[in-house]
Amino acid sequence: MNRYLPLVLIALGILAFATLMLVIAPGVQIAQHAVPKGLNPYSEQESRGREQYVSLGCVYCHSQQPRSPDQAPDVERGWGRPSVAGDYVFDQPHQLGTMRTGPDLLNVGVRLPSESWHLTHLYQPRAIFGWSIMPAYPYLFEEKAEAGPEDTVVVLPKGFGPESGVVVARQAALDLTAYLLALDRTYPVPEDALRDDGYADRESGS
Amino acid sequence: MPITMGLLLALSFVVSLLALAFLIWAIATRQFALDRAHAATVFGKGGADGPDTDGTHLFDTTGIDKVSARPVRLLILGAIFWLVLGSVFGVIASLKLHWPDWLNMAAPLTFGRMRALHLNLVAYGWLSQIGIACMFWILPRIFRTPLRAPHLPVIGFWLWNIAVTLGALAFARGWTDGEEWLEFPWQLDMLLVLAGVFFVVPLVKTARAREVDHIYVTGWYYLAAMVWFPALFFIANLPGIHYGVEEATVNWWFAHNVLGLWLTPLGVGAAYYFIPKIIGKPIYSYSLSLIGFWGLALFYSQVGIHHLIGGPVPTWVVTLSVVHSVMMFIPVIAVAINQHVTVARNLWAFKESLPLRFISFGAVMYTLASFQGSIEALRSVNSITHFTHYTVGHAHLGAYAFVSIVMFGAAYHIMPRMMGREFAHPGLIRLHFWLVVLGFAIYFFALTIGGTLQGLAMLDATRSFAESVILTKPYLEARSVGGTMMTLGHILFAINILGILRKPRAVAQSAVAAE
Repeated sequence: MNRYLPLVLIALGILAFATLMLVIAPGVQIAQHAVPKGLNPYSEQESRGREQYVSLGCVYCHSQQPRSPDQAPDVERGWGRPSVAGDYVFDQPHQLGTMRTGPDLLNVGVRLPSESWHLTHLYQPRAIFGWSIMPAYPYLFEEKAEAGPEDTVVVLPKGFGPESGVVVARQAALDLTAYLLALDRTYPVPEDALRDDGYADRESGS
Repeated sequence: MPITMGLLLALSFVVSLLALAFLIWAIATRQFALDRAHAATVFGKGGADGPDTDGTHLFDTTGIDKVSARPVRLLILGAIFWLVLGSVFGVIASLKLHWPDWLNMAAPLTFGRMRALHLNLVAYGWLSQIGIACMFWILPRIFRTPLRAPHLPVIGFWLWNIAVTLGALAFARGWTDGEEWLEFPWQLDMLLVLAGVFFVVPLVKTARAREVDHIYVTGWYYLAAMVWFPALFFIANLPGIHYGVEEATVNWWFAHNVLGLWLTPLGVGAAYYFIPKIIGKPIYSYSLSLIGFWGLALFYSQVGIHHLIGGPVPTWVVTLSVVHSVMMFIPVIAVAINQHVTVARNLWAFKESLPLRFISFGAVMYTLASFQGSIEALRSVNSITHFTHYTVGHAHLGAYAFVSIVMFGAAYHIMPRMMGREFAHPGLIRLHFWLVVLGFAIYFFALTIGGTLQGLAMLDATRSFAESVILTKPYLEARSVGGTMMTLGHILFAINILGILRKPRAVAQSAVAAE
């Protein structure tokens, strides 16, 4: 090959074709689906919490895409039904994730619905699970001699809190928890649901 | 749905027609008639001029290297800075996975930020920059003409490094676009694109002014990568148009193409140049390299959605990417035959050239990483390996054992020829080699075994999720050991390169005395 322009044009043409197949065509197909009934936009506080989730990099250990029972026991683990494209229409940036160093979180608000549990867990995961390797997030909290009337006090087992005084949640911790509690895709799957069903058991006809 | 299918069919038809037209044109103008004379473009005007090993340096007599030297030197130094810093972040992130309460006092130190800082610094600071350095060294040589507009890449160098610095600072403080491989704020990414223009323009000018008719295979990879990467990076960073699952497909279309259409061409292109150049004999089968190149372009560009297997995306896109992932065997085998046979027939060269040890080791790792990737994309295998540390091991087999190690060799080959002197301590280069190879072996096998066990545990409903975490801990500790060895190797690399840049005192004095 001895010509610059044809080389570059074909190379770009091939990339354009790949873009068409991987980006534009699925994009058009996904955009044709309506917002599922039962899915609400994030509230202002939940959106702020989502920003915390994104900026602290939770996605590097937690996926948000339960798999189908044909492939993996995600439903049995309480992670929720297999997710569909419509479940994510309000997500920007997407946080589907590629790792499960920790569990899937798409329905964590249903599985673990207690604000108090999440605050304790965020302050020190090992106060709840001794085996956990999740980072602690002490900077989302502050230590006070005494809790004020507006403060949310973190419940901590002996040995995990300060020697005197209390640990209270900062706004960032409350926002993040509000987002986690809002993670709930248990509403019924819309009829035109879109997802990878490449694992469906064809012999049983499903 | 009808719109999509109709659109796809119509466009596939148009694309096929265009491809056919190009094929007819290419055959008519003998674009594909490659022979051994073309393969010898890698040598000087007089054809194969003997090996270019550590003992028999072939210094440039045409003045070409002198022009490229300044941008190449700057880019290599910039790349090494980010390599060392990026590796330190990598080790910190690795340690945090088994010492979760270590360094937890502030948000910039948390695992999520350390991990992404590591990835972005080594991808954009180290790999991209060292790869671009190789482009500036190799392209003028195979075009047999000095680099045009050599001041532009110096401006590009500063812009690029300012962009990477600001991107890292922004991310550390929590300002992020929030997608893997695209964490840097898009405003700063546009600065990277601008910096890229300062690299592409002089190289294209040089290509058009070349004093040889044939473009050598390294040039195909480089010239194509030079338009692929800016296009990819620009589209993926366009703000406000991507959301939800569509954004996820864009994310993985981009992230895998960064590997396939940017880092891989940088590594394969460099290997295609340095292997025959060092050995002094042309590549084994030059026409086979056509299959390697066009196969890579066609297949690699569509593998990205194998990162979303079993996810909330249309089945057909996943299947398309799985098929293309398996098709990657074809170009990879073509490249493997070409590069490995050339080396295997000339094993003597390992003794003569330390850089060849790195480059050839890296080239073999390309074959292995690609084979592993093709197999990993199979649905049955992916169910186990997806969402586990296995994938991280695979990513490092490609980006580290292949691209990075080829680049170590490239830098060790370039520097003496640029500076006109030898490395003072070749023993340190050998130590660097063994540290990174052994360190990587520990790293890779720990994550591969640990990741497989983790995946099997997660698939077994009778075992608790906690079990899948606990069983990985010893493997994560082993990974930290391997990663630390690799980082020590990188520090040696920096010492070696800085060492040859410093004028040795004895030589400087004797030169003065001679005058």
